[in-house]
Amino acid sequence: MPDNSGHETTGTAPGTTGTAPGTAPGGVGTASPDEVPVFELGDVSVSYNGNPALAGVTMDIGAKEITAFIGPSGCGKSTLLRSLNRMNDLIPGARVRGELLYKGTDLYGASVDAVQVRKRIGMVFQKPNPFPKSIYDNVAFGPRTVGMKGSMDEIVEKALRGAALWEEVSDRLRESAYSLSGGQQQRLCIARAIAVEPDVILMDEPCSALDPISTVRVEDLMAELKNHYSIVIVTHNMHQAARVADRTAFFSVQVDDTGRRIGQLIEADETGTIFTKPTDKRTEDYISGRVG
Amino acid sequence: MVIQKGKQPQRARLAVAGARNATESVFGASSRADRIGNVLFRSLLLLGMGFALLGMVSIIVWSFVDGAPRLDMNLITAGPSSITPETAGYRTAILGSLYVIGGVILFIVPVGVGAAVYLEEYADQTRWWNRLIEVNIQNLAAVPSIVFGILGLAFIVRGPLDLGFVAAAGSLTLSLLVLPTVILASREAIRAVPPSTRLGSLGLGATQWQTIWHHVLPGALPGIITGVILSVSRAIGEAAPLLLVGAVTFVMFDPSFFEGQFSVLPVQIFNYAGRPQEEFRVLASAGVILMLAVLLVMNSFAIWLRNHYENKNAR
Ligand SMILES: Nc1ncnc2c1ncn2[C@@H]1O[C@H](COP(=O)(O)OP(=O)(O)OP(=O)(O)O)[C@@H](O)[C@H]1O
Ligand SMILES: [Mg+2]
Repeated sequence: MPDNSGHETTGTAPGTTGTAPGTAPGGVGTASPDEVPVFELGDVSVSYNGNPALAGVTMDIGAKEITAFIGPSGCGKSTLLRSLNRMNDLIPGARVRGELLYKGTDLYGASVDAVQVRKRIGMVFQKPNPFPKSIYDNVAFGPRTVGMKGSMDEIVEKALRGAALWEEVSDRLRESAYSLSGGQQQRLCIARAIAVEPDVILMDEPCSALDPISTVRVEDLMAELKNHYSIVIVTHNMHQAARVADRTAFFSVQVDDTGRRIGQLIEADETGTIFTKPTDKRTEDYISGRVG
Repeated sequence: MVIQKGKQPQRARLAVAGARNATESVFGASSRADRIGNVLFRSLLLLGMGFALLGMVSIIVWSFVDGAPRLDMNLITAGPSSITPETAGYRTAILGSLYVIGGVILFIVPVGVGAAVYLEEYADQTRWWNRLIEVNIQNLAAVPSIVFGILGLAFIVRGPLDLGFVAAAGSLTLSLLVLPTVILASREAIRAVPPSTRLGSLGLGATQWQTIWHHVLPGALPGIITGVILSVSRAIGEAAPLLLVGAVTFVMFDPSFFEGQFSVLPVQIFNYAGRPQEEFRVLASAGVILMLAVLLVMNSFAIWLRNHYENKNAR
C-alpha cells in the first residue's frame, strides 16, 4: 500500500522542485510499514478555557518519517502539535483530553514530567527565535542544560552540520545569532533542536518567514533529518506538504449548532493518496483550492 | 521616460500639477488652526522642560556659588562639629550613608528581583491572593516615606525585630520604602523579554528555572539594574524616615552596621542648613554638592552598566 501512493507522490511533485521527487518517494520506501508509530492518538480533544478547539482526533504518527498537518487557519494544527510535546501546559486554561501515547507511554500520565517529554520531543517555531547569544551558545544551551557528555565543540559542530549550517557559520561561531539571516536563523533553531538528540522534531510552519531559497534548504534538510528523527510539520503550503511529507493529515473546522468552531481531523493518509484521491469531499475542495 | 519628460504635453503637466496640489493639501500644508495648535503645544512642552531644567541648574549653581569656599578635603575626612564649622565635615555621615545604602542594595536586589520573578513567571494571576499582592505593591509605591519611617520605628527599631537605632534599621526601613519600585521596574523588565525566547528554551527541555536563569534574567538585567539604581538614588536622598529610626545629627565616631549611632548625608545637611551661622550654611551647600556628585557617579555607573549588558545581550 505505501508503495503505490509513493509512486503517486512522485507523480504530483516533479513540477515543484528538483530535489523533492528524489527524496520523498525514497522516504516512503524506507519507512517500513510495520515500524511502531511514535505517537498514537486516541480521541484527543483540546480546549482553551473550556472552549473546545479541537475534538476527536484519532491517528498514528509514524517513526522516522515526515507527517504534515494541513488545513485552514484556526482548525487546531498548532494546538495539536503543541499537545504532542506538552507545550500546551504552558498556556493557562489549555486542557488536553483523550489518549496520547508516545511509544506506548501516556504522555499525560501522572508520573510523566513535561520537561523530560520536551527533551525527547523538540520544537521549531514559526518565527525563528534564536536566543540573544552567540551562535555557539545558542546550540550549546540545550546540551548543557540536558547535561550531555562529551566535547561541547564537537556536539555543536555535529548539530550545525546536521542542520546544514556549518559551512556558513564555522568561522563566526562567537558572533551574535542575530547577525544571521532569517533562513540561517531558522536553521540555527533546527540545529539547536537536534543538538539535544531528540526523538521527534515538531515544526510549526517553519518556512513561513523564509524566502523560497531558504525554504528549499530547510525542506532538503528535513528530508535528510528524517533518517534519524520523526518529524511532524504544520504547513500552509500545500506544495511543501506534497514535497516533503510521507503522510499528510488534513484538518478542518466544523461549526456546531451553537456556533462554536471546532477543529477536526478529516483524514490522514499517505501524502500521495491525500493529494490525488482523497476520500473526503472537504479534503478535495481544500486541496484543489476551492476552500481556504 | 527621460525623453518623454522633455516634451510632456501640456495636458499631462496640468494633471501632474493638479495631482501634486491635491496630495499636498491632504498631507503637506496643514490648516492655519492646526499650525497654531502645533506651535502652542510644542511651546508648552518646552516650557515644562525649561522649568525642570531651570530648577536643577539653579540648585547646582546656587550650591556651587555658596559652597565653593568649603570644597576641601575636610569636607570628606572631618567629622561633624557644632562649634567649628570652618573645619567640620561629613565623614561619619558619608560612612553612615554608605552603610545604609549598602544594606539597601543587599536587601532589595534579591528580594525585589525574586518577588518580580515570582509575580511574572510563577504566580497564577487568576488567584485572588496574587492579585491582592499586585494591587498592594502598586499602592505601596505611592505611600509617603514618613509612613515607612513610622513602620520602621515600630517594627524594626522596636517591636519584633528590636534592632535599636542603628544603621541596619535605617537600611531595612529604606529597603521597604523602595522595594515596591524595584519590584515594579523589575517586573516591567522581565515582561519585556519576548515570550518566544522562553518558549524556545522550554521547547528544548529546559526547566522553568533554567529558562529564567539563562534567558529571562540576563535579558531583563539592564532594566532591573536601572530600576535598582534609580531606587537607590532615591534612598540616598531620603531624610524623613531615617530621622524616625534614629539617624542623629552629630555622630562623632565612625558608625558600624549593627551597633552605635549613625547619621546620613541628607540628615547632616539638613541640620547644618538650619543653623544660624553663615559658615554652617556654606557647609550645607558644600554637602549638597557632595551628594549631587555621589548621585551623578551612581547614575553614570548605572547607565554604563546598562549599556554594557544591553550590548552584550542584543547585537
Ligand atoms: N492560547 C490560546 N488561547 C485560547 N485559544 C486559543 C489559543 N491558541 C489557539 N486557540 C484557539 O484554538 C483554535 C485553534 O488554533 P490553532 O492555533 O491551533 O490553529 P491553527 O490551525 O494552528 O491555525 P493557523 O493555521 O492560523 O496557525 C483557534 O480557534 C484559536 O482561537
Ligand atoms: Mg498555527
